[in-house]
Amino acid sequence: MPRVAEYELVELRGIVKTFPGVRALDGVDFTLRAGEVHALMGENGAGKSTLIKVLTGVYPRDGGTMTLDATEIHPRTPLDAQRLGIATVYQEVNLIPELTVAENLSIGREPRRLGLIDWGTVKRRGKEMMARLDLDLDVTLPVRSYSIALQQMVAIARAIDQEARVLVLDEPTSSLDAAECDQLFSVMYRLRDQGLGIVFVSHFLDQVYAVSDRLTVLRNGRLVGEFETSKLPRLELVSKMIGKDAEQVEAMDHAPKARPAGDHPVVAKATALSRRHAVSGVDLEVRGGEVLGLAGLLGSGRSETARLLFGIDTPDTGTIEINGQAVTTHNPRTAIRNRIAFTPEDRKDAGIIPDLSVRENIVLALQGRRGWLRRIPFHEQQALADQYIKALNIATPDADKPVGQLSGGNQQKVILGRWLAMQPRLLMLDEPTRGIDVGAKAEIEQLIAELCSEGMALLFISSELEEVARDSHRVIVLRDRKQVGELSGEDIRLDSIMSIIASGQEAAAHA
Amino acid sequence: MTDLIHRLRPKPQHVPLVATAAVFILLYAVACIRYEGFASWFQATSLIADNAPLGLAAIGMTFVILSGGIDLSVGAVIALSSIFLASCLVPPDQGGAGMHAGVAIPLTLVGGTAFGAVMGAVIRVFKLPPFLVTLAGMFLVRGLALVLTEQKRISIIGVESFDPLVDFLVFDFNLPAIVFIFATLLAVAVAKYTRFGRTTYAIGGNEDSANLMGLPVGSTTVKIYALSSLCAAAGGVLHAIGSQSGDASVGYLLELDAIAAVVIGGTLLTGGYGYVIGTFLGLLILAVITVIPTYEGDLNAWWTRIVIGVLLLAFILLQRVAQPRKT
Amino acid sequence: MPEALKKLLWPLAALGVLLLFNTAMNPAFFSITISDGRLTGSLVDVLDRATPVILLALGMTLVIATAGVDLSVGAVMAMAGSLAAMLLVDMQAHLSAVIVLTLGVCALAGLWNGVLVSIVGIQPIVATLILMVAGRGIAQLMTDGQIIPIDSSPGFAFLGGGTFLGLPFTITLAVSAVVLTIVVIRFTALGLFIESVGGNETASRYAGLSVRGVRLSVYTFTGLCAGLAGLIYASDITAADANYAGLYLELDAILAVVLGGTSLMGGRFYLAGSVVGALIIQTLNTTILMTEINGASVPVEYNLVIKALVVFVVCLLQSETVKQMIMRRRAVHD
Repeated sequence: MPRVAEYELVELRGIVKTFPGVRALDGVDFTLRAGEVHALMGENGAGKSTLIKVLTGVYPRDGGTMTLDATEIHPRTPLDAQRLGIATVYQEVNLIPELTVAENLSIGREPRRLGLIDWGTVKRRGKEMMARLDLDLDVTLPVRSYSIALQQMVAIARAIDQEARVLVLDEPTSSLDAAECDQLFSVMYRLRDQGLGIVFVSHFLDQVYAVSDRLTVLRNGRLVGEFETSKLPRLELVSKMIGKDAEQVEAMDHAPKARPAGDHPVVAKATALSRRHAVSGVDLEVRGGEVLGLAGLLGSGRSETARLLFGIDTPDTGTIEINGQAVTTHNPRTAIRNRIAFTPEDRKDAGIIPDLSVRENIVLALQGRRGWLRRIPFHEQQALADQYIKALNIATPDADKPVGQLSGGNQQKVILGRWLAMQPRLLMLDEPTRGIDVGAKAEIEQLIAELCSEGMALLFISSELEEVARDSHRVIVLRDRKQVGELSGEDIRLDSIMSIIASGQEAAAHA
Repeated sequence: MTDLIHRLRPKPQHVPLVATAAVFILLYAVACIRYEGFASWFQATSLIADNAPLGLAAIGMTFVILSGGIDLSVGAVIALSSIFLASCLVPPDQGGAGMHAGVAIPLTLVGGTAFGAVMGAVIRVFKLPPFLVTLAGMFLVRGLALVLTEQKRISIIGVESFDPLVDFLVFDFNLPAIVFIFATLLAVAVAKYTRFGRTTYAIGGNEDSANLMGLPVGSTTVKIYALSSLCAAAGGVLHAIGSQSGDASVGYLLELDAIAAVVIGGTLLTGGYGYVIGTFLGLLILAVITVIPTYEGDLNAWWTRIVIGVLLLAFILLQRVAQPRKT
Repeated sequence: MPEALKKLLWPLAALGVLLLFNTAMNPAFFSITISDGRLTGSLVDVLDRATPVILLALGMTLVIATAGVDLSVGAVMAMAGSLAAMLLVDMQAHLSAVIVLTLGVCALAGLWNGVLVSIVGIQPIVATLILMVAGRGIAQLMTDGQIIPIDSSPGFAFLGGGTFLGLPFTITLAVSAVVLTIVVIRFTALGLFIESVGGNETASRYAGLSVRGVRLSVYTFTGLCAGLAGLIYASDITAADANYAGLYLELDAILAVVLGGTSLMGGRFYLAGSVVGALIIQTLNTTILMTEINGASVPVEYNLVIKALVVFVVCLLQSETVKQMIMRRRAVHD
């Protein structure tokens, strides 16, 4: 493969970016060479997206230097960055779906004759631009008539048209299937061989190992290191991402959790649960009095599994049984009637009703189950609210405070209170500890243990593998949207989870 | 043969337009067969002439709706500009300003354009829903139209510089009809061949993307509302020409008919998709539906509104089926 | 509820200023006299005339609280008047049957909007536009496009013109509708559900609320309110006027709701605020009618100009840009 001589195209040194109360980037270095695919890795809150946004002009940096071809640059807007030669293609494709491919490729810079758009040239240039990516498609059809993968190609073609030197691909593969990914990768190789520097952000380890030449790992806003992809074992990559050395992990003392005493019935059971672009082949069951952990990296299918169980999404194939009964119509209402509860990952968009008070947010699910006619009397609402404010140690002056004004941790506790008020049999917690302070984290972990000992079934999802390992009786490991392993009892150790995530080892055993 | 069929089959993006054209042709054919005299040249030209003010407003509205907005002020702008023009033209002894038509008409159009530009700027700068801003605009303009003169209706008869416009006739097309047809052609070209037109589609298609693509979203928004008000003001001028009068109470609920013409013409009410020529066809459909009751002696004229409502529903549902849900 | 009271403060203050202005211009504004066993005066008049908009605003408040809007209420008012006229005049139906049937049909019209919004999934502005266009046609169809005088039924005339407890009966109707609505909304869980759906639809669905059911019921209720408003209007003018009944009143209703402090984005709603908003609009109308400048009365048409300015100011107060500007100004001063 003919490769253009590699040189340092972009250099970021000591980049600092702070938001009120958070240091999102703390002296991060990043180097991109011409003619390489460079993966940017890290878990939630690592600072990947902030770094991308600094690079592409969405945020101005608060400190550090950034050079392109050894010239210091200060992009102010994405447009500014694009003019400098830094092009970005986002996960949600930024095109105009109703307009044709050709037009999307040239809108804003259409060739004109006598002040009028020259459509013949627009079409011809469109075809040429797609040909540069080795794609031959009808450029006179609207963009929306093509698959997401092809739309992404169009976005890439547009992005690199203006003499781009750097192409940033932010999670481009999250909604592509395997064949579509291959198509994207061949385009990436092509562009790399033309001398572009490509920044590739993805949660899929296989893809990162398949396409990237080098990778940079971030954690908690700091640089962990820069590595040659082929020389970094997967296990080491995973341990660098989650911040534990392999030896350190093995040395950690785990008090293995015994299977809880007492014979509790199975609350929920899923068999061969699959949904396109979500998960495939998930088998799980969870009993009262046990915590089932779902482990895996971001995008591995953890939340998707919980969404299927709660009836937010419908499975394409597979069955769900609740309390021993096969579920036919499944939506959040029926799930709640079966006393299943779910705290979603995106607290702001899907959890709290920000304008409503703490009290109203707490009674909402219970009231929803009772129906509109049987209103919970005010004093009972107040009593419930007070009970959970006290039990969960929610920091609020009173129950009338709008939830939107509380801190993240307290918002999370309010949602927990909402579900506990309806006394669920199964409580599914998706990233309950994300973005909340250490004290609140400990409280939530303790609560999980207490609820479990009272006989509740819990499904626990967290990016902090340590938490999953510490709090679960059994752990199901997901990787690239597939169930790849299950651990229980003494086998639940950080290193065993990590090695399954890294290698997908048990996948062979399962299949 | 199959190749020919293949080539004749409309592209998916043209299906709603073809549906509109089919409805119009069907409606017109049925009317021609059913009603004596409907197929006449005179009837055809008056269909266009009678609806020229509405037609112009609908053309402006097409751009607004394509951009994902709405303009509720067009009916009021037609009323104000017609009575404003009338009071400019009428000689001072009848309470007017006695201006020459060559001055009064441009003045009316400039005033209309400026008003629209202000609405567009308010929508853009204060990030307010177009629905609310143009609603305030409607109240304001309707109020101004009513308080401008003591008389609510001013006849423009015997104004020397104006009469030639009223008497103008080519092949039975009067001036309003001709202006409307030319305005349609011009608007088709603007929508298809100018950056302003394409940016309008892009804003309606996905405003965030349009911003990220570096398109001039702000200035285009202002221009879109300016264009809509310009069209409505021109509609007011045409009304004055067609009826030889200015009328402060004309155009009540006309904004609804304009929106209906646009939607029946196949334009997506959420923006981003549609064609000016579709609006022209939509307007012709409205025109035929409106005139049918005069032929159908015992048919109640109010079926018109119901039929328009049904057509609206049909086209909105068609769009709902044909277009994927916007995310 | 201190929050609700705080929200009521601004609209009440605006109403107060308007009333004071009226007293300054016309000292007799507050005077109320008794003639023919009925209290008369400007204040009574304001309440009487505000009734249709108050009723519309009740329904509109709930629709707007679910982050929707209903443009068809004016047309539904016209339908109500025409239907009542048809039943009373043409069919000589019994008054109670007329009222029940009319309100039922109007509730169905509202349900139609609700179905389009919550089941078919059309944006509220677009969905209710259909009935806004067609509804007036249906109304005109029922009356053959004529203005039908309704003078045969004293009972019907009582709705909009009768005297009850020394006051126009409309006031009793308006007060009972407001009280009943507030009681039903606040003493069941409906209010919570509506605010929850408007505040965060996804979270409400995840909490097990029937988002669809909530939407269907608020649009149906709005249709019912519009029906009652239409009956009162027809009774007041003792005729069904399909052309002008409720013309542009949907806009007044939306304005009343926004004036009352409910955000067009949905969420928290303030029924009492909307009522005050409707009173502000009617007082404005009356003020313009009664104000004299240099001995000449102000033309009624100024009404619209002033209303436009009010809408504009209210719009600006709701604008995020303006809020941010004020915040920044404050931050600088701190």
